[in-house]
Amino acid sequence: MKNFDKSINTQALTPIGAPVFTCKEKCKGQERDAKLCESIEESIRRSGLRDGMTISFHHAFRGGDLILNRVMDIIAKMGFKDLTLASSSLASVHDPVIEHIKSGVVTQIYTSGLRSKLGEAISKGLMEKPVQIHSHGGRVHLLQSGELSIDVAFLGVPVCDRFGNANGHSGRSKCGSLGYAMMDAQYAKYVVVLTEALEEYPNVPASLHQDQVDAVVLVDEVGDPAKIGAGETRMTTNPKELMLARLTTKIIEHSGLFKEGFSVQTGTGGASLATTVFLSEKMEEQNIKASFGLGGITGTMVYMLKRGLVKKLLDVQSFDEFAAKSLGENKDHIEISANEYANPSSKGAAIKQLDIVVLSALEVDVDFNVNVITGSKGLLRGASGGHSDTAAEAKLSIIVAPLTRGRIPTVTKRVNTIVTPGSTVDVVVTDQGIAVNPKHAELKARLKKAGLEIVEMQELYERAIALCGEPQNIAYTDKVVAVIRYRDGSIIDVVRQLA
Amino acid sequence: MSKKVEPAHAGTLESSDLFVRVVPCECEGVEIELESSVYEIYADAIKATILESANALKATGIKIMVQDKGALDYVIKARVEAAILRAYGINEPDWSVL
Repeated sequence: MKNFDKSINTQALTPIGAPVFTCKEKCKGQERDAKLCESIEESIRRSGLRDGMTISFHHAFRGGDLILNRVMDIIAKMGFKDLTLASSSLASVHDPVIEHIKSGVVTQIYTSGLRSKLGEAISKGLMEKPVQIHSHGGRVHLLQSGELSIDVAFLGVPVCDRFGNANGHSGRSKCGSLGYAMMDAQYAKYVVVLTEALEEYPNVPASLHQDQVDAVVLVDEVGDPAKIGAGETRMTTNPKELMLARLTTKIIEHSGLFKEGFSVQTGTGGASLATTVFLSEKMEEQNIKASFGLGGITGTMVYMLKRGLVKKLLDVQSFDEFAAKSLGENKDHIEISANEYANPSSKGAAIKQLDIVVLSALEVDVDFNVNVITGSKGLLRGASGGHSDTAAEAKLSIIVAPLTRGRIPTVTKRVNTIVTPGSTVDVVVTDQGIAVNPKHAELKARLKKAGLEIVEMQELYERAIALCGEPQNIAYTDKVVAVIRYRDGSIIDVVRQLA
Repeated sequence: MSKKVEPAHAGTLESSDLFVRVVPCECEGVEIELESSVYEIYADAIKATILESANALKATGIKIMVQDKGALDYVIKARVEAAILRAYGINEPDWSVL
């Protein structure tokens, strides 16, 4: 204040516009608990939710999620209609949504995945408006482009403080990374955090921040810890999956990308997890370290981090309890948002720095197109996830799948539904042969030289048909029940109603 | 075959297998009842394989009830033949027709 020019008459200055926050002495301290709501009902009332609006949820609790059904039941009881449900994905646990569609509470859905009875009911024509299926990166793109405009987000977390600072890696129902919820917290007009435990303020570092959150509700439980990562952590003993994993590891080893500082993303599922384990052995053998592991992070990836085989983990979603716990404990295990992970229009999505991705498939066709959303009978029973995002950006995308599942061929003439276009798929590994996209003559030569037998996709297809026979065509009506949005928002395919 | 038919079965309900039951019936030829985990895409192919196996053994007046768990053709053939031979009480099949 030493240099303050006393010649300016501050009394004569008037502020531009009316001051909004006039709180000086009289309300000091009174509003510190203002975000806390007594009940979910109260938070819905405060949010100003109206018929026709869009509500959102995140799917970090996967099959153990207890929030979506609970909130939807309350919303239905309060009499709301014609809502758009925009959960970052939907799991089998969300079958009760069927009733809310039947009663007109939900009339439109945006999601990455659709499974179980809900997927079946929608495949049979339950909804008037087709479901919009997006990828994980594509969802952020839809949020930023304005097509998907969330009015109220209901975000379940294990711990939060009274002011809205939340994380997913502590408390009872740990879900780990809140990478998807971060987007809803950023873009929704009104953000409700539902928490299992109230921590003392400030609960930092936080994943969802106080300046994004409007309301906080304390609830008994947000998730079932036993089901959050169920079935995804055990090392497989299935000989077919172990064989696929060995082949995949050998492909990575001889891809030309397996050198100091490489990066990798693997998914869940037996073959993928086993690949991570076999790859670790190869890395130790050849003294090669990865610069980062990306994506849905599993316990096996955490194991690699702890052994110094990978320097950083970038985690948008923690697939099991080990990953969820590690996120809070290891300084090199970093939480990233869906925008930092995979959004094609992001200023910096980590997949753009990714060398190798290992992906699964329900079906692959002779043109390398991949289906991860509809089953052999045409029912919606999968998820787009980060499949098309990572396949498009990683230097090497490897699809791993058995040639047949029981009598169901995995390699087909034409996939039921395209989620990932063949132009972005580089190698297909089956238990009865490996195919390389014809675009990559050099890679093909490299793998052949390493002693791997490379066949054409057409041969794989013929082998599958020789075993299973040519399947009958599935009968569809003309009605579109789901629209498959590519990561840039464009329509890459549609799913029709079963006849 | 004109021998007396007794109810018989073969196979399991394991994935990629099938459970076949054969019972006598008041019908001309062979009647087939099929449940399958791949019914929508392979029902016709499976029925054709069952019928072919029954015809090869010249079976008539029987009902074949199949619960299929996605078995491949050679498995279907083996299980259906086994069930029919058991139903007819044949221990020494004519291998040349099989």
